[in-house]
Amino acid sequence: MNDLPMLNYDVVVIGGGPAGMAAAVRAKKLGLKVLLLDDNDYLGGILPQCIHPGFGLHYFKEELTGPEFAARFAKRLVELGVDYRTAARVLEIKNYSDLEKVVVFSSPSGAYQVWTRTIIYAAGARERHAFEIGIVGDRGAGIYTAGEAQTLMDIYGVMPGKEIVIVGSGDVGLIMARRFALEGAKVKAVIELMPYPGGLARNIMILRDFDIPLYLSHKVVEVRGKERVERVKIVKVDENLREIPGTEFWIEADTLIISAGLVPNVKLLTAIGVEIDPATGGPVVNDLFETSVPGIFAAGNSVIINDLVDYVAEQGELAAEGARLFIDKEGIPTRRWIKLEKGENVRLLVPHYLSGERDVWIYARVSKPMENVEVRFPEIGKKLRLPVVKPAEMLRVKLRREEIAKARDGITMEVVPL
Amino acid sequence: MKTKVAIIGAGISGASIARVLSRYENLEVHLIEKAPDVGWGVSKANTALIHGGYDDDPKKYPMRAKLCIRGNRLWHQWVKELEIPHVWNGALIVATKEEDFDELERLLERGRENGVPEMRIVDREELFHLEPNLTKEAIGALWVPIVGQIGPIPAVIAIVENAVANGVKTHLETEVTGIKVENGEVRGVETKDGFIEADVVINAAGLYADEIARMAGIDYFEIHPRKGEYFLFDDSIPGPRRVLFPTPTPISKGIVVTTEISGHLMIGPNAQDLPPEEKENLATTREGLEQVWEGAKKLWPQLPPRSKVIRTFAGLRPEPTGGDFIIKAEEEVWGFINVAGIRSPGLTSAPAIAYEVAEIIQRDLGIELVEKRKWNPYRKEITHFFMLSPAQINEVVKRDPAYGKVICRCNRVSEGDVLEAIERMKFIGIKTPSVDSVKFRTKATTGTCQGSFCRPRIIQLLAREYGVGPWEVTLKGKGSEVGIGDVKVLLRGEEA
Repeated sequence: MNDLPMLNYDVVVIGGGPAGMAAAVRAKKLGLKVLLLDDNDYLGGILPQCIHPGFGLHYFKEELTGPEFAARFAKRLVELGVDYRTAARVLEIKNYSDLEKVVVFSSPSGAYQVWTRTIIYAAGARERHAFEIGIVGDRGAGIYTAGEAQTLMDIYGVMPGKEIVIVGSGDVGLIMARRFALEGAKVKAVIELMPYPGGLARNIMILRDFDIPLYLSHKVVEVRGKERVERVKIVKVDENLREIPGTEFWIEADTLIISAGLVPNVKLLTAIGVEIDPATGGPVVNDLFETSVPGIFAAGNSVIINDLVDYVAEQGELAAEGARLFIDKEGIPTRRWIKLEKGENVRLLVPHYLSGERDVWIYARVSKPMENVEVRFPEIGKKLRLPVVKPAEMLRVKLRREEIAKARDGITMEVVPL
Repeated sequence: MKTKVAIIGAGISGASIARVLSRYENLEVHLIEKAPDVGWGVSKANTALIHGGYDDDPKKYPMRAKLCIRGNRLWHQWVKELEIPHVWNGALIVATKEEDFDELERLLERGRENGVPEMRIVDREELFHLEPNLTKEAIGALWVPIVGQIGPIPAVIAIVENAVANGVKTHLETEVTGIKVENGEVRGVETKDGFIEADVVINAAGLYADEIARMAGIDYFEIHPRKGEYFLFDDSIPGPRRVLFPTPTPISKGIVVTTEISGHLMIGPNAQDLPPEEKENLATTREGLEQVWEGAKKLWPQLPPRSKVIRTFAGLRPEPTGGDFIIKAEEEVWGFINVAGIRSPGLTSAPAIAYEVAEIIQRDLGIELVEKRKWNPYRKEITHFFMLSPAQINEVVKRDPAYGKVICRCNRVSEGDVLEAIERMKFIGIKTPSVDSVKFRTKATTGTCQGSFCRPRIIQLLAREYGVGPWEVTLKGKGSEVGIGDVKVLLRGEEA
């Protein structure tokens, strides 16, 4: 290692998407020496390929497209003079001590080692692919994840096909359904495993706008077509998601788009022993988004899959504040950590630990949709009523410092019908 | 006067024959393949094992018994000369019932007969020392240390690169339509792209060897495909250190559990016989994969959850009439050599098959082979970013900055690796750019995310280097184009 060029920073931000850019901007404003690394050729993460509107309503109070949102952040980054490198891939993180960490990265100008006091990990997520969801049959051209199809269309200008079947009615799948329809392709079906759609209400409208059939409680089990996709086999499932024999049918299509959910990218974190929450797939974090390894913070979709870019940016900023505090105090000075537990109808949540020393936004998802519910934190006597909750829509609830302080041991979050 | 040799089929057999024949001054060797790249037929999807040579009965299958062990020995040399990825980790044939030992004794005896060194039966204690996470039902095993694993397609690529460097001419995307025979002698090969004159025609056409033989008027055998299906798991899942077989039954060698050379736990294959006309049926099936899963669980009970599956695939073994390899100069047609029915252990046997063919040419066709004064046995492996230390990265970026830029995140493949792969594709005559050609040379797209990040970048590089639109780049040859045109093609009304 000694022969590698050495750089020195207070904080290295890994990932140049919205979480990473927001973290870098905030850290710089807080007076830290920041280096941001991204392996793409451009900043913005996946935003530059998300050419549809709907970004930044909370953050910028106006509706932007993905490239516009990314450009605004990139501009701030450049204006503030944040050091950043694109086409730079982190190969390894070494954790020598709480205040001594090394990030090794490779780039077209070679490999470097960066000595840093803190790291903000914002490497985003990957998409689940056809093999992971058990689709069998042929493996010709025309099978893409939604994000890959989006990259092909909106970064490289390639039309993947003309008759499309989409697996998954989450936001990404629905937005791609519209994207294909707008370019003149025929979207023949959106296939959803669950008995309810997976996307935000505003995106479910797309199906009606473009007259796209939605099959709830169905799954794609097989794809045929040797050189390229020719048809896909679909089957109905019961309430336990078991296939119902005799309900199989085929749809002719030349393209199958898999939009079956995202999985946080955590390989660099697991390599250094960061604790992972099996429910979120991301690291276990405290209320400053610090992981189980002191001084390593995480933010955005590498922690929890978010619906809105605004939340992602918010988490990046919080992590930056954590890094500042960590450097000032040589660690996060907290007397006790209160564990936040999942109760009834809560599938996942972050942060996992609360200090009670600051107000906290809780990000959570329910297991099943419900109407007229109460979100309760029984140990501290907090309740709030909501007309409807859906797994597709992240719950974001604020707990105030004084409220958290009432807890003796843990706090449970539950979502119960009224 | 050079003797012109046409080899039909650039799989592991045809490629190995081409390499061995490239040694001789008086031969002009042509390697003919209908696919756009080499190694895409039977060689592409199999268990990638270099077998020990203990299970083929020399009375029933003399060719298999002879060539498997000789092939194993030759591979030890070839992987070094050609820098083919490999591991010599040995195999355990595991007994779970007392009566299994009878079969293991039989295998041990046969192995000795075939000349397999260092085999022995190990007891339970030593077995768990060799393989700690094996099923607790295991009571002993046959230990075969000479078993290994290689990358089968990388092996074909390496062999062809070396053969081309030694003067072999390739004809890719060249489908054979006929064999020209005059007065009982071969004259050449008719293809969709014209006639290739040849004095010797070697039929190494894998699943299609029976059809090629019939073109020369030889019809005493038939090839039917036997399908095997596999699972590959994410490289975060620990697999066994050795190749694990169950004790074989009269029908099958059983489902193997192994960690393939890239570090992925792999299980398979089952065996399903298909009719001769289904030589293109590479579809995976629910039933087949279920069989594999159940079979593997018997040896390796801690199979990961299905969400850790990164790929399922199927391969076809060419099963010949009679079951043994058919390697011979056909008497009715002078100059026509069959290398047919190369089913398991074909990958293992390939180098030995090649030497066998050279011998047939001398002995049966009476062509005296004259060695070249300069023949290059060596071939350098492509640069693999994932094998470089950071200091080595700094060396290669001086040559080309593209070597510092990672484009496949999961398997750490650099843009430089991809560009080098494309250069080598062109060197062996690949005309149609395909993502699979890059994949088999670099490992890009084969990791956890299965290419959803890097495939578009590889498409872009292929398009640039081959001078075509990105939508014209294929996944695996003509008909598998990654797109139908530019993004406005449908709105313009130009139906692709």
